[in-house]
Amino acid sequence: MTNENLNSPGYEIPAEMSNLVAITTLDRLYNWGRRSSVWPLMFGLACCAIEMIVAQTARYDLARFGMEVMRPTPRQSDLMIVSGTVTKKMIPAIVRLYNQMPEPKYVVAMGACASGGGPFKEGYNVVAGVDKFLPVDIYIPGCPPTPQALIAGLIKLQQKIDKESIRTVRWYRKGPDSVNIPIPILGPDLIDPRRNAELRQISSGIETDKV
Amino acid sequence: MAATPLQTQTVDLAARFPSAVSVDARNGYTGWLVEKDKLLEIARSIKEELGYDLLTSVTGVDYLPEEKMEVVYHAYKTTGGPGLIFKVQVPRQDPIEIPSVTPLWPGVDFQEREIWDLLGIKFTGHPDLRRILLWEGFAGHPLRKDWKEGFYEEDAKPFKSRWPEGNYVSSEEKNPYKDNLSFPKNFDPEKWIPEGEAALYGALARYTETDEQGIKSDRIVVNMGPQHPSTHGVFRAVVTVEGETILSLKPVVGYLHRNHEKIGERNTFLLNMPYTDRLDYFNSMSNNFGYALAVEKLMNIPVAERADYIRIIMAELSRVQNHLVLVGMLLNDLGAMYTPALYIFEERELILDIFEAVSGSRMMCNYFRFGGVARDIPEDVLQKIKDLVFKRLPAKTDEMDRFLSENEVLVSRLKGIPVIDGPSAVQYSITGPVLRAAGIPYDIRRADPYGIYDRFEFDVAMRTHGDLMDNYLIRLDEIRQSIRILEQAVSKIPSGPINSQKPQYQVRVPAGEAYGRIEAPKGELGYYVISNGKPNPWRYHVRAPSFINITGLEKMCVGKKIADFIAILGVLDIVLGELDR
Amino acid sequence: MYGKGIIKGLSVTLKRFWYTYWDDFVWFIRSFTTGKRRYYSEEGIKYRSSSSTRGIFTIQYPEEKLILPEEFRYVPFLVYDEKDDGTKDVRCTSCGICAKVCPPQCIWIVRTNDPQTGKPVPVPAEFYIDMDICMNCGFCSEYCPFDAIKMDHEFDIASLHRNVYNMEKLLKPASYYSNIRPKNFQLEEEARRAKEVIKAAKAGAASSPS
Repeated sequence: MTNENLNSPGYEIPAEMSNLVAITTLDRLYNWGRRSSVWPLMFGLACCAIEMIVAQTARYDLARFGMEVMRPTPRQSDLMIVSGTVTKKMIPAIVRLYNQMPEPKYVVAMGACASGGGPFKEGYNVVAGVDKFLPVDIYIPGCPPTPQALIAGLIKLQQKIDKESIRTVRWYRKGPDSVNIPIPILGPDLIDPRRNAELRQISSGIETDKV
Repeated sequence: MAATPLQTQTVDLAARFPSAVSVDARNGYTGWLVEKDKLLEIARSIKEELGYDLLTSVTGVDYLPEEKMEVVYHAYKTTGGPGLIFKVQVPRQDPIEIPSVTPLWPGVDFQEREIWDLLGIKFTGHPDLRRILLWEGFAGHPLRKDWKEGFYEEDAKPFKSRWPEGNYVSSEEKNPYKDNLSFPKNFDPEKWIPEGEAALYGALARYTETDEQGIKSDRIVVNMGPQHPSTHGVFRAVVTVEGETILSLKPVVGYLHRNHEKIGERNTFLLNMPYTDRLDYFNSMSNNFGYALAVEKLMNIPVAERADYIRIIMAELSRVQNHLVLVGMLLNDLGAMYTPALYIFEERELILDIFEAVSGSRMMCNYFRFGGVARDIPEDVLQKIKDLVFKRLPAKTDEMDRFLSENEVLVSRLKGIPVIDGPSAVQYSITGPVLRAAGIPYDIRRADPYGIYDRFEFDVAMRTHGDLMDNYLIRLDEIRQSIRILEQAVSKIPSGPINSQKPQYQVRVPAGEAYGRIEAPKGELGYYVISNGKPNPWRYHVRAPSFINITGLEKMCVGKKIADFIAILGVLDIVLGELDR
Repeated sequence: MYGKGIIKGLSVTLKRFWYTYWDDFVWFIRSFTTGKRRYYSEEGIKYRSSSSTRGIFTIQYPEEKLILPEEFRYVPFLVYDEKDDGTKDVRCTSCGICAKVCPPQCIWIVRTNDPQTGKPVPVPAEFYIDMDICMNCGFCSEYCPFDAIKMDHEFDIASLHRNVYNMEKLLKPASYYSNIRPKNFQLEEEARRAKEVIKAAKAGAASSPS
C-alpha cells in the first residue's frame, strides 16, 4: 500500500502538520501488515506449479509482494495456491493440509483445473474444481496462467485482504478456531462425508451397471 | 522422413515357434501373436537368444467388439535397430489372466500393475499385483470400453450437445449425483469400510527383530509425500528406515492421474495434441513430437522439410531447458537452496520466450501438426535463437559447470553414490540419461533415428560410473550436444512450406497400429496408437519415461541414506504429469 | 587444494553481483546521452528480455509488463466489426467448427433460426465458453474460417467466482484485435480483400454475356 492510502483515515490533518503526523486506522495497519507477508504453502500439484515456481524466480520475483517465503509445512503458511489438477486420490491430502493451516488462511485456485476441473474435467479421477471442498478466494483462469497472471491474481487477493476488518473476520469470533472440513473418503468413488445421506438416497434410485 | 515403418520385421518368430506364434495379419498391424501358455518361453528366447534385451513398453488393449483383450509388448535391442512387437490375446471374460514377464524383465512391474488397474488383466506370477494409479476399492477398471465415468457424455468428441443447440449446461447438472461421481446401486457410504493402505504397507518388507534379551524391535515406516518439497510434485514414497538407512521402499503414484488415455480415446486425433502438452509439462515440444510421429506413421504422410528442422530446433531447445532445470532443482534438493535454480531459470525464461513467440504459450505449446508445425518461425525469432545458441547458451553452460561441478560439497554428496549399474538399468527398462550415465550408449536419436536426426553430427553422451555425479555431469554433456545439433539446424534451415498437408481439423487416419517413439529429455517417450478408421483412436497409450524409470527406484535406494534417496529422485528427473498421466 | 571448487563457484556469484550494480551504473551514465532508462521503459524491458541481458533480470510486474509476442494466447474472444452506425457486426456465423475442434469441449453455441422459414441464420443466438475448462490451446482461432474467434492477450482476469463467459463478455471489437495482433490482422484483411476481388470478378463474369 502506498503511504497515501495508509494515511487517509478520514480525519483532516492540518496542512502544517501533514508531513509530521500520520493517522491511520487499526484495520488499515493490520491489513497492510498481513497483505505484505502472505506466505504461500510450498505445494504444487501439476503444470501450474511450475509457473508458480517461476513466479518466485528472478524474472517475476514474488518477493516484491512479501510472498517469497514458501513454507513446506501448512502450519506456517497463510495461503494455499492450488496449482493444478485436483484428483480424487489427492483431495483427502489437500483437505488435510487445509485443515492444518492456521487462520487466517486463503485459497487461490490457480488455473482452469483447480477452478473447475479444466480440460480434464470429464476424467474419472478428477475433482471438478477444488471449491467442491475448500472455500476458494480467488479464481485465476488460464491453462496455465502465466506468472504475470498469477501475480495479477495475488494482487487481487491483497485487495481482498485490504477490505477485511478485525471486527468481522471469522478467526476473532467465538467458535472453533479454524474451519475444519471433513476429509473425503476413497470408496468405489470419492465420498464426501457431508453428503452421505444424499449419496445413499440417489444411489438407491438409479440404475447403474457398476457392480 | 522416409515412409518406411520403423518396426520392420527382421526376425521370423513364427519359423522358430511354428506351433505357438503366428503373424498378426490384421490390416495395418505388425508383429507376432503369441500363445498365452508359451509366452514366458518365447519371451525368454526373444531376450536371451535373439538379443532383444530392452522391453520398453507393455500395454493392454480392450477389443470389445471382438470380445478379446490383448497385451502388446515392444522389445528393442540396446545396440540399436528396429524393435520386435509380440502380442498375447485372451478372451474377454473375467478372470483374464496372462503370465507375468517380470522374472525376465523386472522393468515391466509397474506397467503390468497399470494394466491390471486400468484394464483388469491379471498377471499370474507378478510379485506385487496391486492397483497403482487408482486406489484399492475403486469400482471397475476404467480403461475398459464398457466402463463409464460420472461425467460421461458420449463415446467420441465432438459432443452433440455443444452445437447447434448448445445451451450451456454444466456436467454437474447432468449427473444424478450433481458431481463427477458414480456409485454402485444401493451404495451406503456410511457402511463403507475403506480398504486403506494395508496392501501397501503389507508389500513393504517387514523387519521385526528380537534381540538377546527378547525385546522385539520394529523398523520405522516413513511416508514421504504426496506433499513434500523435494518429491517434484505429488509423488509419494513409503520408506522403511533403520536410522537413516533405507531398508525397503515403495513408490506410491497416481496422485496426478488425470485419465489422459481415457480422454485421449474420446478425442479425435488432432484434439489429442494439446493434451500431450500436459504430460511432461517441461517439454511440451517433445511430447508433441512423439505423438505427431506416431500419427504420421499411421497416416503415412511426409513432413515438410522446413518443419522437420523447426521440430528438431524446438525439441533440442526443450531438452536444453529441461536439463538446466534438472541441474537447478537437483541442487535445490541437495540443500543449495535457490541460487543455482535462480540462475538457470533465467536461461529457461529466454528459451520459453522463443516458445511463446512461435507457438503462443510458454509451456503448453501445442505447436506440432500432422505433416508439419502450426506456424512458421518469424525471422526475428530465428535471430534470437541464433543469438542464444551461438553465444549465450554455451557460455552459460560453461558458467554453470564452473559454478558447480568442482564444488567440494557437491562432489562429496554426489561422487561414488551409485544410482544403478548398466545391466540392471536395462533389466529395469530404464532409458534416457540415467541409462547412458550407467555406461549404455543407447539414444534413440542414434539407435533408431526419427525425424531428420540422421543428418546431424553429434555424440551420444555417455558416462561410465553410473553414480550420482555422472548423472549430473551427463546432463551438462547432453546440453552441449544439443547445442551442437541446434547450431547445425539453425544454420541449415531451408525455406519453404511448414506443413505438407492442408490445415484441416478432421484428419483421416487409416486403420492400423503405430508406435512412435522419441528420445525425450527424460528417456524414451512412446505413443502407441490404434486406429480403427474412425475419427478418434481406439487405443491411445503413452509410454512415459518417468513412469518406467521409477520402477527400479527401490533397487536404487535400498541400503542408502534417506538424503541419497532425494538426490536419486532428483537425477531420475520425474515429472508427475507424465508419471501418472 | 580443498575448497578451490567452492571459491571458483563463488567467483561466478561475485561476477553476477558485480554486473547487477555495474550495469545499473552504466545505464545511468548512458541515460544522460541517450535518454534510455533501464527501468520502467520499453527499451529497458527489451534489454532485460534479450539474449545479451545480464545483471538484474526482474520485470517488475505490474509497473512494468513483459512485451507479449504477437502469437501470445490466453483465453478466446469473439471479434465484431464496428459499423458506421455504431451497431456491432458479429463475425461469427455459428458454423460450429470451433465447438467441434475444441479439445475439452468448452464452447457452447446456440444457432439462430429464422422464425419464419426455420432455416439457420448465420449469427449465433448465444455463445458460451466455460473458462474453467478452456485449455488455451488456440485451436478455435486456428481453424475458424471467418476469423471470428481469436485468442486474447489480456491475462489479468482473476475473479472471485467461477468463469463462464457469455456473448456479452466474449465480444471485443476488431480494432482491439488489430491492436494486439497487427501482423495477423493485416494478413487476414488482405486475404479477405483478395477473396472479395475474386468473387466480384466471378460475379462480373457471370453477369456479362459473352
